[in-house]
Amino acid sequence: MTTSNVLQVSSLSKTFEKPQGKVHVLADLNFQVEPGEFITIIGPSGCGKSTLLKIIAGLDVHYQGSVTLGHAKIDKPGRRQGFIFQEHRLFPWLTVEKNIAADLSLKDPEVRAKVDALISTVRLQGFENAYPRELSGGMSQRVAIARALLRNPEILLLDEPFGALDAFTRNHLQNVLLDIWQQNKTTMILVTHDIDESIYLANRVLIMDAKPGRISRIVPVDLPYPRKRSSSGFQAIRQKVMQEFEQVEHMRRVER
Amino acid sequence: MENTEKMIRTAHGSERVLAPRAGKLGKGGGKWKATVRGLFLPVLIVGIWQMVGSLGFVSPTLLPTPLEIAEAFVQLTLSGELLAHLKISVVRASIGFLLGGGLGLLFGLLVGFFNKAEQSLDPTFQMIKTIPHLAVLPLFILWFGFGELSKILLIAKGAFFPIYLNTFLGIRGVDSRLFEVARVLEFSRLQLITKLIVPAALPNILLGVRLSLGIAWLGLVVAELMGSSEGIGYMITDARQFSQTAIVFVGIIIFAVVGKITDSFVRFLENRLLKWRDNYKGEGTMA
Repeated sequence: MTTSNVLQVSSLSKTFEKPQGKVHVLADLNFQVEPGEFITIIGPSGCGKSTLLKIIAGLDVHYQGSVTLGHAKIDKPGRRQGFIFQEHRLFPWLTVEKNIAADLSLKDPEVRAKVDALISTVRLQGFENAYPRELSGGMSQRVAIARALLRNPEILLLDEPFGALDAFTRNHLQNVLLDIWQQNKTTMILVTHDIDESIYLANRVLIMDAKPGRISRIVPVDLPYPRKRSSSGFQAIRQKVMQEFEQVEHMRRVER
Repeated sequence: MENTEKMIRTAHGSERVLAPRAGKLGKGGGKWKATVRGLFLPVLIVGIWQMVGSLGFVSPTLLPTPLEIAEAFVQLTLSGELLAHLKISVVRASIGFLLGGGLGLLFGLLVGFFNKAEQSLDPTFQMIKTIPHLAVLPLFILWFGFGELSKILLIAKGAFFPIYLNTFLGIRGVDSRLFEVARVLEFSRLQLITKLIVPAALPNILLGVRLSLGIAWLGLVVAELMGSSEGIGYMITDARQFSQTAIVFVGIIIFAVVGKITDSFVRFLENRLLKWRDNYKGEGTMA
């Protein structure tokens, strides 16, 4: 599923009109994501990282600047951009396999085969006919991932997908996601507030700053997969990211 | 009073057969236990009722004993009268319900989907809703005569509103976060309706169906009491004129039982169609 479609974000800004005046949610963002990259976006709450993700998804079209995937401008949601929400958002009246198929029919042998393959990819064999209420949070999120993958997205956008899960489940799902990424070469953009998660997954970490939301630094992570959180290389990059955060904090205090 | 029909049957001893099994059957036993628990009060009331009647405290014209009612029931059944009346009543209620309920569902969907439809239709429906059956009945008779049409329309009028209101409510209550999912998955307009809105609104729609069925029966009583020559309602009016109180009771019981059966049918549908729901089912339920 590799395509030569680059995601290009150019002078992207977004402002809210509020009674107190204009609020800059995003101010002049510029970056580019190559196909097959794994980007994580990290930053303090209110830095507009989720807004940025929704703009790339086409769910939010009220912005200035340009966001293009390949040569096409992103102006509405679509199957090229898969989206995973923080909550699983499964259809409660559909079983696991029907949730994955969603609008497609399982009677179609092609869909059937793909759904079966995805169920084994996200390790949910035996739960094909379970309803969402019978699943744990981690399992539900895996169904949501399978649902997005069925549409062969060129880019998969994940908005703090593991934020509500316990540490053990989170680690497990991070590995599931890495497996999928290495198998399918889908471009991944994942928003998180967990520094370790951002380094564990990404080949580039995008650090954002709040008010106005902008990219303060992009940290490349040149560590081989699978990564070890305890390794010195990992810790060195962690140090770098922490320093960046401290600097941002410091600057903000000085400005006040 | 509603369960008198059942009470009579169990009073003949079937309950005694069920009771000892209850303890041994495990899950099924729990069900029987619940049934026995539900029957306890009705059986007690019927017992006292029979005693009071047999001892001659109350005149049979005012309150016939359960045994007399049972006797009237058997006679009416054997003569075929009861079945004939019941048939015509069921047909009327069904046609009225299908007409009113169908339109209720249709307009509920329409008004739920489109704001413009809501603005132009809903106020009128709300006005019509508040008019009681008895107030429009003379008009219906004047316009449509004493025949079947006025009866069916009266039933339809009653059946329309619960489905209409609940369908509307159900559609407006769909989780907006799921709409975002539907946008990401590129659902077509039709898929949005069939794959998201209708399934999400189904609990409300079925509740509307249940309420509508109940009201269809009430409308039937009003329609048949006002003037007809067949049907359970007619049977009741006719018996009252000849002071055959036992037959009046049989009619009332039939209304109650058929009402309960239709309600149980919709509940059965609910259990089948809504098994995905994970709601509070009350304290002390079994599995």
